[in-house]
Amino acid sequence: MRQYFPLCIFLALVVLIQLVTQITETAFYLTQLTMSAYYSLLIIGLCTIMGYAGQISLGHAGFFAIGGYLSAGLTTHNLQPFADTGITSLLDKAGLLVSSKDLYGDTLLTVHPWIACIVAISTAVIIALVLGGPVLKLKGHYLAMATLGFGIIIFRIAMATPYFGEADGLSGVPSFTLLPGITVSGDFGARIINYYIAWGTVLIGMLLLINLVNSRMGRALSALHGSEEAAQAMGVNTARAKLLTFVLSAAYAALAGVLLTHYNGSIGPGEAGVMKSVRYVAIVAIGGMAHLWGALIIGTLLNFMSMRGLFGSYDDAVFGIILILIMLFAPQGLLRLHIWKHIQKIKPKKHGTA
Amino acid sequence: MNPDLFFQYMLAGITYGFLYAIVAIGFNIIYNTTGIINFAQGEFVMLGGMFAITLNNILPLPLAIAAAVVITMLIGALLEILFIRWLDNPSVLRMIIITIGLSILIRELALHFWGETVFSLPYFTGNELSTVSILGAKVSPQVLWVIGVSIIMVTALSLFFKFTFTGQQMRACAANRLAARLCGINAKNMVTFSFMLSAGIGAVAGSVISPITYTQYDIGPGLAIKGFTVAILGGLGNSVAAVIAGLLLGLIESFSIIVIPLAFQEAVSISILLIILFVRPHGLFGRSDTASLKEF
Repeated sequence: MRQYFPLCIFLALVVLIQLVTQITETAFYLTQLTMSAYYSLLIIGLCTIMGYAGQISLGHAGFFAIGGYLSAGLTTHNLQPFADTGITSLLDKAGLLVSSKDLYGDTLLTVHPWIACIVAISTAVIIALVLGGPVLKLKGHYLAMATLGFGIIIFRIAMATPYFGEADGLSGVPSFTLLPGITVSGDFGARIINYYIAWGTVLIGMLLLINLVNSRMGRALSALHGSEEAAQAMGVNTARAKLLTFVLSAAYAALAGVLLTHYNGSIGPGEAGVMKSVRYVAIVAIGGMAHLWGALIIGTLLNFMSMRGLFGSYDDAVFGIILILIMLFAPQGLLRLHIWKHIQKIKPKKHGTA
Repeated sequence: MNPDLFFQYMLAGITYGFLYAIVAIGFNIIYNTTGIINFAQGEFVMLGGMFAITLNNILPLPLAIAAAVVITMLIGALLEILFIRWLDNPSVLRMIIITIGLSILIRELALHFWGETVFSLPYFTGNELSTVSILGAKVSPQVLWVIGVSIIMVTALSLFFKFTFTGQQMRACAANRLAARLCGINAKNMVTFSFMLSAGIGAVAGSVISPITYTQYDIGPGLAIKGFTVAILGGLGNSVAAVIAGLLLGLIESFSIIVIPLAFQEAVSISILLIILFVRPHGLFGRSDTASLKEF
């Protein structure tokens, strides 16, 4: 039960922050907090593959973009001109399409957000499965470059495909009704409910990952991180463990992409950029690699600060500097600085002498 | 396709091929002495070009380029001394993240110094319209400069590694760091030196190529990933093979325009990287058994 205790504190904190913004009439912070939540969802997924399984991924913005772009593309592109063709009418009859009226009163026929969401996440999972097989056999620099390469390919495809809006990206993405009454949208009035949807998703995500990390699988992963050969010798199917974690983290990233795109109502190629991937890696590193809570806290904090514009035009530079400083002086992460250990060591000594 | 167009595509491929090869050799030099892949390698090319362009305002072209190369070499040495030299046996993951951080930092500084403007050096001989006729085809003299300088640089480097004492010391560090240190070689200085050297050749390439490809603050990452593709294609650490692999990638890229739109060009070369990594991670010319002994 002890491992769920932080989750309760976390839940209380989420509610507390919402109440504080309500009382102090600073509810505008909720918008950035909601967006930070979705980025944090990706980051805790990345934390599992990087920190626990020890496999660097410089391509996670790619999975985020696959989720966001597919969901946006399917729910915004009008299928009305193709309404009479075989596949479209079949989909329509199956109830997978929704029709609506646009500003000018024309009928729009688009894919239902739930279907788009499922398609987007399954695509990300399939790509992760196909890519993960050969990529995760690589180590060190090769793995870093291969995942980086994957990210750039996704970025280039988004930039060069008219379907995905090229350099402009896609906008006018409709809201996403998860359940009746619970809708992911950027509407002004839906701010509080969206804040809870986002953090509720993160909470469930955390719960799953905490269970994973503390399970047989989690122990296999940390064995693998320590030494792949040793883990293999102990009977751990390392290839399968790595692939499973990779796919899971890709699914988290894609889900984050889908939800954030519906929340923002748009997505641009910047979301697929290499700098985004590097930023996620930076946040996981600062949090202390194999430290889900660290990744979540730092991820929320830094994304929130970045989106509030605190770093100005030095946004990327700030992340670069943080990345270098952390790796130089505290490769175990900020929350695990040796200073803390020293402080802890000093304390009992004082008690002893007193 | 008419023969003239074919020839032009080929020349473009060769020009870019040499550029990629130089970046790949930069990777190799540092990799050989340290086992590190320096993700900031592309930024050296950018810095070389940028400094040469800025200095060309007050100095004549040859002096400006020479000064730019020296400055970039000093920056290379400085980076190594400040961020790498004093680390005690760092893990590969740590080094990857540090060099990525450095590349971001250099790029952001360049953005604040030079802005987003696209610069270029003047043509070394003639101007953008002047051509030299080779075998009946018209060639820009700058292309000949690129090819000539690259060939001289690769030859000089192989001679340096083979015949000079410093070069031999660096090779000793590459073969076996511990043994080299036992022989009295200062391995740490060799690492600093390898950073200087690879920054220097990057800067030369950045200057020579600038009139053709132009220089902007963010050209680094694209060059780095293609240079890395070439380094892997030739087999990591093998500089002569890097030239062949560079030309191969340059030609594939330039001829891919015939079948695939230009916007996807980068995706093509990265797909080649992925395929090579999956199928032959030891490179086209390397041997798998020797590669398995190396540490990545």
